[in-house]
Amino acid sequence: MTILEILSLIFILSGSVFMLISAVGLIRLPDFYIRNSASTKAATLGLGLILAGTALFFNQIMVFIEIFAIFLFVFMIAPLAAHIVARAAFKDNIPFWKKTNLVEIAKDMEDFDNDSDQKNS
Amino acid sequence: MNLQLILLYVSISILILALILIMVRFIKGPSLPDRIISLDLISSALIAILALYSMISGTKSTLEVALVLSLITFLGTMVFANYILEKIKK
Repeated sequence: MTILEILSLIFILSGSVFMLISAVGLIRLPDFYIRNSASTKAATLGLGLILAGTALFFNQIMVFIEIFAIFLFVFMIAPLAAHIVARAAFKDNIPFWKKTNLVEIAKDMEDFDNDSDQKNS
Repeated sequence: MNLQLILLYVSISILILALILIMVRFIKGPSLPDRIISLDLISSALIAILALYSMISGTKSTLEVALVLSLITFLGTMVFANYILEKIKK
């Protein structure tokens, strides 16, 4: 095995372990918002590591371009999608965890309501 | 069966274990947004499995499937979030 293959195998194994961690977080964490945060971060890191490992494994310019396109889509899209789903869930009054500090969010919530009122009128 | 192939199979089985755990949340999920994020995570795991499969079989065209899947997932997530927002307005 060359050094490149060893490096790609290390990337792939750690990436799949990160995907497993995010899946365990999706099961174990108490609240939708916390689950959303955990799953997005860990899954993006895990997928990024696995794709980097694939690019190192093939070591060809065409594969690099394709992997870069997947990278770009996943890294642009995953935070955006998480933000939009969390926003929709917040508007839908999905309950927070009982230990979440809602004092700071109260003022933001007023601004949020005013903003949506203006948009509707 | 060399070490490289064995490690690739090991990481594919880790990913399938993760998929099973995500499916549990998908079935159990108390609210619709939970199901949406588990659907998102299912497709991320599928993209990772497709990348690993392209390494095992040596076919590079499987990566194009992963590219298209990552695009379609984004559309699906957006449409579901939009559905929730439209449902609130009524």
